[in-house]
Amino acid sequence: MAKLNRSPWLLHYDGSSCNGCDIEVLACLTPVYDVERFGVVNTGNPLHADILLITGGINSQNQAVVQQIYSQMPNPKVVVAVGACACTGGIFKECYNIHGGVDTTIPVDIYVPGCAARPESIIDGVVKAVGVFQEKYEKYVSENKERKRSS
Amino acid sequence: MAKQTVVPFGPQHPVLPEPIHLDLVLEDETVVEAVPSIGYVHRGLEKLVEKKDFNEMVYVAERICGICSFMHGMGYCEAVEHIMHVDVPARAKYLRTLWCEMSRLHSHLLWLGLLADAFGFESLFMQSWRMREKILDMFEASTGGRVIFSVNRIGGVLKDIPPEMLRDFLKRFDDMGADLRRLTRTFLDDYSVNERLRDVGFLTKEQALSLGAVGPMLRASGVCYDVRKTGYAAYGDLEVEPVVSTIGDSYARCQVRIGELFQSLDLIRQVGEKMPTGPIAVPVKGNPEGEFFMRCEQPRGEAVYYVRANGTKNLDRMRVRTPTFANIPAMLQTLKGSQLADVPLLILTIDPCISCTER
Ligand code: SF4
Repeated sequence: MAKLNRSPWLLHYDGSSCNGCDIEVLACLTPVYDVERFGVVNTGNPLHADILLITGGINSQNQAVVQQIYSQMPNPKVVVAVGACACTGGIFKECYNIHGGVDTTIPVDIYVPGCAARPESIIDGVVKAVGVFQEKYEKYVSENKERKRSS
Repeated sequence: MAKQTVVPFGPQHPVLPEPIHLDLVLEDETVVEAVPSIGYVHRGLEKLVEKKDFNEMVYVAERICGICSFMHGMGYCEAVEHIMHVDVPARAKYLRTLWCEMSRLHSHLLWLGLLADAFGFESLFMQSWRMREKILDMFEASTGGRVIFSVNRIGGVLKDIPPEMLRDFLKRFDDMGADLRRLTRTFLDDYSVNERLRDVGFLTKEQALSLGAVGPMLRASGVCYDVRKTGYAAYGDLEVEPVVSTIGDSYARCQVRIGELFQSLDLIRQVGEKMPTGPIAVPVKGNPEGEFFMRCEQPRGEAVYYVRANGTKNLDRMRVRTPTFANIPAMLQTLKGSQLADVPLLILTIDPCISCTER
Protein backbone atom coordinates (compact mmCIF):
# COMPACT_ATOMS: atom_id res chain seq x y z
CA MET A 1 0.00 0.00 0.00
CA ALA A 2 1.14 3.47 -0.84
CA LYS A 3 2.32 5.67 1.97
CA LEU A 4 -0.38 8.21 2.64
CA ASN A 5 0.51 11.74 3.44
CA ARG A 6 -2.97 13.18 3.18
CA SER A 7 -6.63 12.20 3.22
CA PRO A 8 -8.10 12.27 -0.26
CA TRP A 9 -11.81 12.99 -0.49
CA LEU A 10 -14.06 10.98 -2.63
CA LEU A 11 -17.04 11.81 -4.81
CA HIS A 12 -19.40 9.12 -5.98
CA TYR A 13 -21.48 9.52 -9.10
CA ASP A 14 -23.93 6.93 -10.32
CA GLY A 15 -23.69 6.78 -14.10
CA SER A 16 -26.24 4.31 -15.36
CA SER A 17 -25.59 1.57 -12.86
CA CYS A 18 -28.20 -0.93 -11.80
CA ASN A 19 -27.67 0.12 -8.18
CA GLY A 20 -25.76 -3.05 -7.41
CA CYS A 21 -22.33 -1.42 -7.48
CA ASP A 22 -23.82 1.78 -6.22
CA ILE A 23 -25.03 0.23 -3.02
CA GLU A 24 -21.75 -1.59 -2.56
CA VAL A 25 -19.91 1.72 -2.75
CA LEU A 26 -22.14 3.02 0.02
CA ALA A 27 -21.62 -0.19 1.97
CA CYS A 28 -17.89 0.59 1.95
CA LEU A 29 -18.62 3.64 4.05
CA THR A 30 -20.52 1.76 6.75
CA PRO A 31 -19.11 0.09 9.87
CA VAL A 32 -18.29 -3.32 8.42
CA TYR A 33 -15.98 -2.01 5.69
CA ASP A 34 -15.35 1.56 6.74
CA VAL A 35 -13.08 3.25 4.19
CA GLU A 36 -12.77 6.23 6.48
CA ARG A 37 -10.02 4.38 8.29
CA PHE A 38 -7.85 5.18 5.27
CA GLY A 39 -8.67 8.84 5.70
CA VAL A 40 -11.05 8.73 2.77
CA VAL A 41 -14.14 10.86 3.27
CA ASN A 42 -17.20 10.81 1.05
CA THR A 43 -18.24 14.26 -0.09
CA GLY A 44 -21.08 15.48 -2.25
CA ASN A 45 -19.26 18.44 -3.70
CA PRO A 46 -17.06 18.01 -6.79
CA LEU A 47 -14.97 21.01 -5.74
CA HIS A 48 -13.95 19.18 -2.56
CA ALA A 49 -13.15 15.89 -4.24
CA ASP A 50 -9.84 14.32 -5.26
CA ILE A 51 -11.09 10.91 -6.30
CA LEU A 52 -14.10 10.37 -8.53
CA LEU A 53 -15.80 7.00 -8.17
CA ILE A 54 -18.14 6.18 -11.02
CA THR A 55 -20.49 3.23 -11.20
CA GLY A 56 -22.36 2.34 -14.33
CA GLY A 57 -21.77 3.10 -17.98
CA ILE A 58 -22.11 6.29 -19.93
CA ASN A 59 -25.35 7.08 -21.74
CA SER A 60 -26.47 10.00 -23.85
CA GLN A 61 -28.12 11.78 -20.96
CA ASN A 62 -25.39 11.55 -18.32
CA GLN A 63 -22.36 12.10 -20.56
CA ALA A 64 -22.44 15.87 -20.13
CA VAL A 65 -22.98 15.51 -16.38
CA VAL A 66 -19.95 13.26 -15.98
CA GLN A 67 -17.81 15.62 -18.05
CA GLN A 68 -18.95 18.54 -15.99
CA ILE A 69 -18.26 16.87 -12.66
CA TYR A 70 -14.82 15.85 -13.87
CA SER A 71 -13.96 19.36 -15.01
CA GLN A 72 -15.17 20.84 -11.72
CA MET A 73 -12.78 18.74 -9.67
CA PRO A 74 -9.51 20.46 -8.78
CA ASN A 75 -6.21 19.14 -10.14
CA PRO A 76 -4.75 16.58 -9.59
CA LYS A 77 -7.64 14.14 -9.81
CA VAL A 78 -8.08 10.39 -10.01
CA VAL A 79 -10.96 8.48 -11.57
CA VAL A 80 -12.00 5.00 -10.45
CA ALA A 81 -14.45 3.01 -12.58
CA VAL A 82 -16.34 0.59 -10.35
CA GLY A 83 -17.98 -2.49 -11.79
CA ALA A 84 -18.21 -4.15 -15.17
CA CYS A 85 -20.61 -1.48 -16.41
CA ALA A 86 -18.23 1.37 -15.65
CA CYS A 87 -15.25 -0.53 -17.08
CA THR A 88 -16.74 -1.57 -20.43
CA GLY A 89 -20.51 -1.22 -20.43
CA GLY A 90 -20.89 -4.69 -18.95
CA ILE A 91 -24.12 -6.57 -19.48
CA PHE A 92 -25.69 -3.43 -20.94
CA LYS A 93 -23.00 -2.94 -23.55
CA GLU A 94 -25.35 -3.78 -26.39
CA CYS A 95 -28.12 -1.48 -25.19
CA TYR A 96 -28.97 1.29 -27.64
CA ASN A 97 -28.48 4.00 -25.06
CA ILE A 98 -25.11 2.89 -23.66
CA HIS A 99 -21.97 4.41 -25.15
CA GLY A 100 -19.71 2.09 -23.18
CA GLY A 101 -17.47 2.39 -20.17
CA VAL A 102 -16.49 5.58 -18.37
CA ASP A 103 -13.27 5.80 -20.40
CA THR A 104 -15.31 6.73 -23.47
CA THR A 105 -15.84 10.11 -21.84
CA ILE A 106 -13.14 10.88 -19.28
CA PRO A 107 -9.73 9.32 -18.56
CA VAL A 108 -9.89 6.46 -16.05
CA ASP A 109 -6.99 5.54 -13.75
CA ILE A 110 -8.26 2.47 -11.92
CA TYR A 111 -10.66 -0.23 -13.10
CA VAL A 112 -12.46 -2.27 -10.44
CA PRO A 113 -13.93 -5.46 -11.90
CA GLY A 114 -17.00 -7.37 -10.79
CA CYS A 115 -20.71 -7.43 -11.32
CA ALA A 116 -21.44 -6.35 -8.70
CA ALA A 117 -17.98 -5.22 -7.57
CA ARG A 118 -17.39 -6.48 -4.05
CA PRO A 119 -16.70 -3.99 -1.27
CA GLU A 120 -13.26 -5.53 -0.74
CA SER A 121 -12.28 -4.87 -4.34
CA ILE A 122 -13.78 -1.38 -4.24
CA ILE A 123 -11.66 -0.60 -1.18
CA ASP A 124 -8.66 -2.07 -2.96
CA GLY A 125 -9.39 0.21 -5.90
CA VAL A 126 -9.72 3.23 -3.66
CA VAL A 127 -6.45 2.47 -1.89
CA LYS A 128 -4.72 2.11 -5.27
CA ALA A 129 -6.31 5.38 -6.31
CA VAL A 130 -4.81 7.01 -3.24
CA GLY A 131 -1.40 5.83 -4.44
CA VAL A 132 -2.00 7.21 -7.93
CA PHE A 133 -3.20 10.42 -6.38
CA GLN A 134 0.01 10.73 -4.38
CA GLU A 135 2.12 10.27 -7.52
CA LYS A 136 0.08 12.76 -9.51
CA TYR A 137 0.30 15.21 -6.66
CA GLU A 138 4.08 15.03 -6.42
CA LYS A 139 4.41 15.44 -10.17
CA TYR A 140 2.00 18.34 -10.10
CA VAL A 141 3.95 20.09 -7.32
CA SER A 142 7.35 19.65 -9.00
CA GLU A 143 5.98 20.86 -12.36
CA ASN A 144 4.54 23.89 -10.68
CA LYS A 145 7.88 24.66 -9.05
CA GLU A 146 9.60 24.38 -12.39
CA ARG A 147 7.07 26.65 -13.99
CA LYS A 148 7.61 29.24 -11.27
CA ARG A 149 11.37 29.03 -11.58
CA SER A 150 11.33 29.48 -15.37
CA SER A 151 8.92 32.40 -15.27
CA MET B 1 -47.68 37.03 -4.57
CA ALA B 2 -44.04 36.46 -3.82
CA LYS B 3 -41.55 36.22 -6.64
CA GLN B 4 -41.01 32.75 -8.03
CA THR B 5 -37.58 31.24 -8.38
CA VAL B 6 -36.55 27.96 -9.93
CA VAL B 7 -33.94 25.91 -8.12
CA PRO B 8 -32.42 22.95 -9.93
CA PHE B 9 -32.04 19.86 -7.75
CA GLY B 10 -29.77 17.06 -8.93
CA PRO B 11 -28.80 15.00 -10.84
CA GLN B 12 -25.66 14.91 -8.73
CA HIS B 13 -26.75 15.80 -5.22
CA PRO B 14 -25.28 14.79 -1.85
CA VAL B 15 -28.47 13.24 -0.53
CA LEU B 16 -29.29 11.24 -3.62
CA PRO B 17 -27.35 8.08 -4.25
CA GLU B 18 -28.88 8.05 -7.70
CA PRO B 19 -29.33 10.76 -10.29
CA ILE B 20 -32.73 12.35 -10.70
CA HIS B 21 -33.28 15.93 -11.65
CA LEU B 22 -36.04 18.16 -10.33
CA ASP B 23 -36.76 21.78 -11.11
CA LEU B 24 -38.23 23.20 -7.94
CA VAL B 25 -40.41 26.26 -8.41
CA LEU B 26 -40.20 28.20 -5.16
CA GLU B 27 -42.06 31.06 -3.58
CA ASP B 28 -39.69 32.12 -0.84
CA GLU B 29 -38.96 28.81 0.89
CA THR B 30 -42.13 27.04 -0.20
CA VAL B 31 -42.21 24.68 -3.14
CA VAL B 32 -45.14 25.44 -5.42
CA GLU B 33 -44.26 22.95 -8.07
CA ALA B 34 -41.69 20.30 -8.83
CA VAL B 35 -40.94 19.35 -12.41
CA PRO B 36 -39.00 16.12 -12.79
CA SER B 37 -36.77 15.24 -15.67
CA ILE B 38 -35.45 11.73 -15.84
CA GLY B 39 -33.36 9.58 -18.12
CA TYR B 40 -29.93 9.75 -16.50
CA VAL B 41 -29.89 6.01 -15.87
CA HIS B 42 -31.77 4.93 -18.94
CA ARG B 43 -30.05 1.99 -20.58
CA GLY B 44 -32.80 0.57 -22.75
CA LEU B 45 -32.49 -2.94 -21.43
CA GLU B 46 -35.99 -3.98 -22.49
CA LYS B 47 -34.79 -3.91 -26.07
CA LEU B 48 -32.05 -6.39 -25.23
CA VAL B 49 -34.64 -9.13 -25.81
CA GLU B 50 -33.70 -8.85 -29.45
CA LYS B 51 -30.09 -9.76 -28.75
CA LYS B 52 -30.31 -12.15 -25.81
CA ASP B 53 -32.47 -15.25 -25.63
CA PHE B 54 -35.16 -15.75 -23.03
CA ASN B 55 -32.87 -17.67 -20.68
CA GLU B 56 -30.15 -15.03 -20.76
CA MET B 57 -32.74 -12.35 -20.11
CA VAL B 58 -33.10 -13.67 -16.56
CA TYR B 59 -29.71 -12.15 -15.79
CA VAL B 60 -30.58 -8.91 -17.51
CA ALA B 61 -33.85 -8.74 -15.56
CA GLU B 62 -31.91 -9.16 -12.33
CA ARG B 63 -29.87 -6.14 -13.23
CA ILE B 64 -32.85 -3.86 -13.65
CA CYS B 65 -32.07 -2.89 -10.09
CA GLY B 66 -29.46 -4.11 -7.67
CA ILE B 67 -31.66 -3.74 -4.60
CA CYS B 68 -34.65 -5.82 -5.65
CA SER B 69 -32.49 -7.84 -7.98
CA PHE B 70 -33.87 -11.16 -6.79
CA MET B 71 -37.48 -10.08 -7.19
CA HIS B 72 -36.91 -8.76 -10.68
CA GLY B 73 -35.39 -12.06 -11.72
CA MET B 74 -38.21 -13.97 -10.12
CA GLY B 75 -40.95 -11.82 -11.63
CA TYR B 76 -39.55 -12.33 -15.08
CA CYS B 77 -39.08 -16.09 -14.55
CA GLU B 78 -42.62 -16.55 -13.25
CA ALA B 79 -44.01 -14.71 -16.26
CA VAL B 80 -42.12 -16.92 -18.71
CA GLU B 81 -42.90 -20.06 -16.70
CA HIS B 82 -46.56 -19.18 -16.92
CA ILE B 83 -46.45 -18.93 -20.69
CA MET B 84 -44.58 -22.23 -20.97
CA HIS B 85 -46.84 -24.00 -18.46
CA VAL B 86 -43.90 -25.03 -16.33
CA ASP B 87 -44.79 -26.55 -12.99
CA VAL B 88 -42.21 -25.10 -10.62
CA PRO B 89 -41.41 -27.49 -7.74
CA ALA B 90 -42.75 -26.47 -4.33
CA ARG B 91 -39.31 -26.22 -2.78
CA ALA B 92 -38.19 -23.75 -5.42
CA LYS B 93 -41.27 -21.64 -4.69
CA TYR B 94 -40.49 -21.60 -0.99
CA LEU B 95 -36.85 -20.76 -1.59
CA ARG B 96 -37.93 -17.91 -3.82
CA THR B 97 -40.24 -16.65 -1.10
CA LEU B 98 -37.46 -16.83 1.46
CA TRP B 99 -35.07 -14.85 -0.72
CA CYS B 100 -37.84 -12.38 -1.54
CA GLU B 101 -38.48 -11.65 2.10
CA MET B 102 -34.76 -11.38 2.80
CA SER B 103 -34.59 -8.85 -0.04
CA ARG B 104 -37.41 -6.89 1.53
CA LEU B 105 -35.60 -6.87 4.87
CA HIS B 106 -32.36 -5.61 3.41
CA SER B 107 -34.11 -3.07 1.21
CA HIS B 108 -36.14 -1.59 4.07
CA LEU B 109 -33.07 -1.44 6.30
CA LEU B 110 -31.20 0.28 3.52
CA TRP B 111 -34.03 2.78 3.23
CA LEU B 112 -34.14 3.41 6.97
CA GLY B 113 -30.43 4.16 6.83
CA LEU B 114 -30.75 6.55 3.91
CA LEU B 115 -33.67 8.26 5.62
CA ALA B 116 -31.62 8.74 8.78
CA ASP B 117 -28.82 10.11 6.63
CA ALA B 118 -31.25 12.53 4.95
CA PHE B 119 -32.23 14.10 8.24
CA GLY B 120 -28.68 14.05 9.50
CA PHE B 121 -28.81 11.26 12.09
CA GLU B 122 -25.51 9.70 11.12
CA SER B 123 -25.23 7.01 13.78
CA LEU B 124 -28.70 5.73 12.99
CA PHE B 125 -27.64 5.39 9.37
CA MET B 126 -24.63 3.34 10.41
CA GLN B 127 -26.68 1.15 12.73
CA SER B 128 -29.27 0.38 10.05
CA TRP B 129 -26.59 -0.58 7.59
CA ARG B 130 -24.82 -2.67 10.17
CA MET B 131 -28.00 -4.70 10.57
CA ARG B 132 -28.35 -4.92 6.84
CA GLU B 133 -24.90 -6.50 6.54
CA LYS B 134 -26.14 -9.46 8.58
CA ILE B 135 -28.73 -10.19 5.93
CA LEU B 136 -26.18 -9.77 3.16
CA ASP B 137 -24.00 -12.31 4.95
CA MET B 138 -26.83 -14.81 4.73
CA PHE B 139 -27.37 -13.97 1.10
CA GLU B 140 -23.72 -14.56 0.45
CA ALA B 141 -23.76 -17.88 2.29
CA SER B 142 -26.80 -19.16 0.41
CA THR B 143 -26.35 -17.71 -3.07
CA GLY B 144 -22.74 -16.59 -3.37
CA GLY B 145 -23.58 -12.96 -4.11
CA ARG B 146 -24.17 -9.96 -1.92
CA VAL B 147 -26.42 -7.88 -4.12
CA ILE B 148 -26.71 -9.70 -7.44
CA PHE B 149 -27.44 -13.37 -6.87
CA SER B 150 -28.27 -15.01 -10.20
CA VAL B 151 -30.02 -17.94 -8.54
CA ASN B 152 -33.21 -17.79 -10.58
CA ARG B 153 -33.75 -19.71 -13.75
CA ILE B 154 -36.77 -20.55 -15.82
CA GLY B 155 -38.18 -23.64 -14.12
CA GLY B 156 -36.91 -23.13 -10.58
CA VAL B 157 -33.82 -21.96 -8.75
CA LEU B 158 -30.15 -22.81 -9.17
CA LYS B 159 -29.08 -23.26 -5.56
CA ASP B 160 -30.54 -25.11 -2.63
CA ILE B 161 -30.26 -24.20 1.02
CA PRO B 162 -29.23 -27.28 3.02
CA PRO B 163 -31.31 -28.00 6.17
CA GLU B 164 -28.49 -27.10 8.61
CA MET B 165 -27.97 -23.78 6.92
CA LEU B 166 -31.69 -23.05 6.97
CA ARG B 167 -31.83 -23.85 10.68
CA ASP B 168 -28.90 -21.56 11.30
CA PHE B 169 -30.58 -18.78 9.29
CA LEU B 170 -33.82 -19.11 11.22
CA LYS B 171 -31.92 -18.81 14.46
CA ARG B 172 -30.12 -15.71 13.20
CA PHE B 173 -33.42 -14.16 12.16
CA ASP B 174 -34.84 -14.88 15.60
CA ASP B 175 -31.93 -13.05 17.21
CA MET B 176 -32.34 -10.23 14.77
CA GLY B 177 -35.86 -9.51 16.03
CA ALA B 178 -34.64 -7.99 19.30
CA ASP B 179 -31.96 -5.91 17.58
CA LEU B 180 -34.48 -4.64 15.05
CA ARG B 181 -36.90 -3.67 17.78
CA ARG B 182 -34.20 -1.61 19.47
CA LEU B 183 -33.24 0.07 16.21
CA THR B 184 -36.76 0.84 15.07
CA ARG B 185 -37.76 2.20 18.46
CA THR B 186 -35.45 5.12 17.74
CA PHE B 187 -37.19 5.78 14.44
CA LEU B 188 -40.64 5.64 15.96
CA ASP B 189 -40.14 7.28 19.35
CA ASP B 190 -37.13 9.56 19.16
CA TYR B 191 -38.02 13.21 19.58
CA SER B 192 -35.86 14.62 16.80
CA VAL B 193 -36.90 11.95 14.30
CA ASN B 194 -40.53 12.61 15.10
CA GLU B 195 -39.99 16.31 14.60
CA ARG B 196 -38.70 15.71 11.10
CA LEU B 197 -41.21 13.10 9.98
CA ARG B 198 -44.54 13.97 11.54
CA ASP B 199 -46.99 16.10 9.56
CA VAL B 200 -44.63 16.34 6.61
CA GLY B 201 -45.69 15.34 3.10
CA PHE B 202 -49.31 14.37 3.50
CA LEU B 203 -50.93 12.17 0.92
CA THR B 204 -54.62 11.45 1.40
CA LYS B 205 -56.24 8.15 0.57
CA GLU B 206 -58.05 9.67 -2.42
CA GLN B 207 -54.86 11.24 -3.75
CA ALA B 208 -52.94 8.00 -3.31
CA LEU B 209 -55.57 6.09 -5.26
CA SER B 210 -56.06 8.63 -8.02
CA LEU B 211 -52.32 9.15 -8.52
CA GLY B 212 -51.77 5.41 -8.66
CA ALA B 213 -49.35 5.14 -5.75
CA VAL B 214 -48.17 1.65 -4.86
CA GLY B 215 -46.53 -0.23 -2.02
CA PRO B 216 -45.80 1.37 1.36
CA MET B 217 -46.69 4.78 -0.08
CA LEU B 218 -50.22 3.53 -0.75
CA ARG B 219 -50.56 1.53 2.44
CA ALA B 220 -49.38 4.48 4.56
CA SER B 221 -52.35 6.42 3.22
CA GLY B 222 -54.80 3.85 4.46
CA VAL B 223 -55.32 1.59 1.45
CA CYS B 224 -55.08 -2.10 2.25
CA TYR B 225 -53.48 -3.46 -0.88
CA ASP B 226 -50.60 -5.87 -1.16
CA VAL B 227 -49.94 -7.98 -4.26
CA ARG B 228 -48.55 -10.79 -2.12
CA LYS B 229 -52.20 -11.52 -1.41
CA THR B 230 -52.52 -12.82 -4.97
CA GLY B 231 -50.39 -15.75 -3.92
CA TYR B 232 -47.51 -15.88 -6.39
CA ALA B 233 -44.43 -17.95 -5.41
CA ALA B 234 -45.40 -19.61 -2.11
CA TYR B 235 -47.35 -16.67 -0.70
CA GLY B 236 -50.59 -18.54 -1.33
CA ASP B 237 -49.69 -20.97 1.49
CA LEU B 238 -48.60 -18.29 3.93
CA GLU B 239 -50.49 -15.81 5.99
CA VAL B 240 -49.84 -12.30 4.72
CA GLU B 241 -51.65 -9.40 6.33
CA PRO B 242 -50.82 -6.04 4.69
CA VAL B 243 -49.34 -3.46 7.05
CA VAL B 244 -51.49 -0.35 6.84
CA SER B 245 -51.42 3.07 8.45
CA THR B 246 -54.08 5.72 8.05
CA ILE B 247 -52.07 8.85 8.83
CA GLY B 248 -50.59 9.44 5.37
CA ASP B 249 -47.52 11.50 6.32
CA SER B 250 -43.80 10.68 6.22
CA TYR B 251 -43.99 9.18 9.68
CA ALA B 252 -46.68 6.76 8.50
CA ARG B 253 -44.50 5.64 5.61
CA CYS B 254 -41.68 4.96 8.01
CA GLN B 255 -44.08 3.13 10.31
CA VAL B 256 -45.40 0.92 7.50
CA ARG B 257 -41.91 -0.06 6.38
CA ILE B 258 -40.90 -0.87 9.92
CA GLY B 259 -44.05 -2.96 10.29
CA GLU B 260 -43.05 -4.79 7.14
CA LEU B 261 -39.65 -5.62 8.57
CA PHE B 262 -41.34 -7.63 11.30
CA GLN B 263 -43.84 -9.02 8.84
CA SER B 264 -40.94 -10.32 6.76
CA LEU B 265 -39.39 -11.95 9.81
CA ASP B 266 -42.73 -13.63 10.45
CA LEU B 267 -43.02 -14.80 6.84
CA ILE B 268 -39.50 -16.21 6.99
CA ARG B 269 -40.48 -18.14 10.10
CA GLN B 270 -43.52 -19.52 8.29
CA VAL B 271 -41.35 -20.49 5.32
CA GLY B 272 -38.96 -22.25 7.70
CA GLU B 273 -41.77 -24.28 9.21
CA LYS B 274 -43.37 -25.29 5.94
CA MET B 275 -40.29 -25.73 3.70
CA PRO B 276 -41.04 -28.82 1.59
CA THR B 277 -38.40 -31.24 0.36
CA GLY B 278 -37.85 -32.29 -3.22
CA PRO B 279 -36.22 -30.97 -6.39
CA ILE B 280 -35.44 -27.29 -6.82
CA ALA B 281 -35.90 -27.05 -10.57
CA VAL B 282 -37.46 -28.84 -13.52
CA PRO B 283 -36.00 -29.02 -17.00
CA VAL B 284 -37.58 -26.70 -19.52
CA LYS B 285 -37.81 -27.58 -23.20
CA GLY B 286 -38.78 -25.56 -26.22
CA ASN B 287 -39.45 -21.88 -26.65
CA PRO B 288 -42.22 -19.81 -25.10
CA GLU B 289 -45.20 -18.66 -27.11
CA GLY B 290 -47.93 -16.38 -25.83
CA GLU B 291 -48.14 -13.44 -23.47
CA PHE B 292 -48.53 -12.85 -19.77
CA PHE B 293 -48.78 -10.12 -17.16
CA MET B 294 -47.06 -10.97 -13.90
CA ARG B 295 -47.42 -8.82 -10.81
CA CYS B 296 -45.31 -9.01 -7.69
CA GLU B 297 -44.88 -6.96 -4.57
CA GLN B 298 -41.44 -5.48 -4.24
CA PRO B 299 -40.20 -3.52 -1.23
CA ARG B 300 -41.24 -0.36 -3.03
CA GLY B 301 -44.57 -1.64 -4.27
CA GLU B 302 -46.20 -3.44 -7.11
CA ALA B 303 -44.07 -4.29 -10.13
CA VAL B 304 -45.57 -5.52 -13.38
CA TYR B 305 -43.81 -7.70 -15.95
CA TYR B 306 -45.28 -8.07 -19.36
CA VAL B 307 -43.78 -10.71 -21.59
CA ARG B 308 -44.80 -11.55 -25.13
CA ALA B 309 -43.19 -14.48 -26.88
CA ASN B 310 -43.48 -15.69 -30.45
CA GLY B 311 -42.17 -19.24 -30.31
CA THR B 312 -38.55 -18.34 -31.07
CA LYS B 313 -35.81 -18.13 -28.48
CA ASN B 314 -35.94 -14.32 -28.50
CA LEU B 315 -38.95 -12.69 -26.91
CA ASP B 316 -41.05 -10.20 -28.84
CA ARG B 317 -41.33 -7.81 -25.98
CA MET B 318 -40.56 -7.47 -22.33
CA ARG B 319 -42.02 -4.56 -20.45
CA VAL B 320 -41.48 -3.72 -16.81
CA ARG B 321 -43.52 -1.21 -14.85
CA THR B 322 -41.65 -0.56 -11.67
CA PRO B 323 -42.98 0.78 -8.37
CA THR B 324 -40.94 3.99 -8.24
CA PHE B 325 -42.28 4.99 -11.63
CA ALA B 326 -45.80 4.64 -10.26
CA ASN B 327 -44.89 6.61 -7.14
CA ILE B 328 -43.38 9.66 -8.84
CA PRO B 329 -46.74 11.47 -9.33
CA ALA B 330 -47.51 10.91 -5.65
CA MET B 331 -44.07 12.23 -4.71
CA LEU B 332 -44.64 15.40 -6.75
CA GLN B 333 -47.93 15.83 -4.94
CA THR B 334 -46.25 15.61 -1.51
CA LEU B 335 -43.60 18.11 -2.63
CA LYS B 336 -46.21 20.77 -3.43
CA GLY B 337 -46.45 23.16 -0.53
CA SER B 338 -43.49 21.69 1.32
CA GLN B 339 -40.48 23.59 2.63
CA LEU B 340 -37.30 23.55 0.58
CA ALA B 341 -35.42 22.00 3.50
CA ASP B 342 -37.80 19.05 3.52
CA VAL B 343 -37.39 18.24 -0.16
CA PRO B 344 -34.61 15.64 0.21
CA LEU B 345 -36.56 13.90 2.94
CA LEU B 346 -39.76 13.84 0.91
CA ILE B 347 -37.99 12.44 -2.11
CA LEU B 348 -36.61 9.71 0.09
CA THR B 349 -39.92 8.79 1.66
CA ILE B 350 -41.09 7.15 -1.55
CA ASP B 351 -37.90 5.07 -1.41
CA PRO B 352 -36.91 6.06 -4.93
CA CYS B 353 -35.12 3.55 -7.08
CA ILE B 354 -34.14 5.43 -10.18
CA SER B 355 -32.33 2.64 -11.95
CA CYS B 356 -35.48 0.53 -12.09
CA THR B 357 -37.64 3.51 -13.00
CA GLU B 358 -35.55 4.25 -16.05
CA ARG B 359 -34.24 0.79 -16.86
S1 SF4 C 1 -21.49 -4.02 -12.98
FE1 SF4 C 1 -23.28 -5.32 -12.58
S2 SF4 C 1 -23.91 -4.80 -10.50
FE2 SF4 C 1 -22.56 -3.17 -11.22
S3 SF4 C 1 -23.90 -1.61 -12.04
FE3 SF4 C 1 -23.31 -2.95 -13.74
S4 SF4 C 1 -24.92 -4.51 -13.86
FE4 SF4 C 1 -25.09 -3.51 -11.86
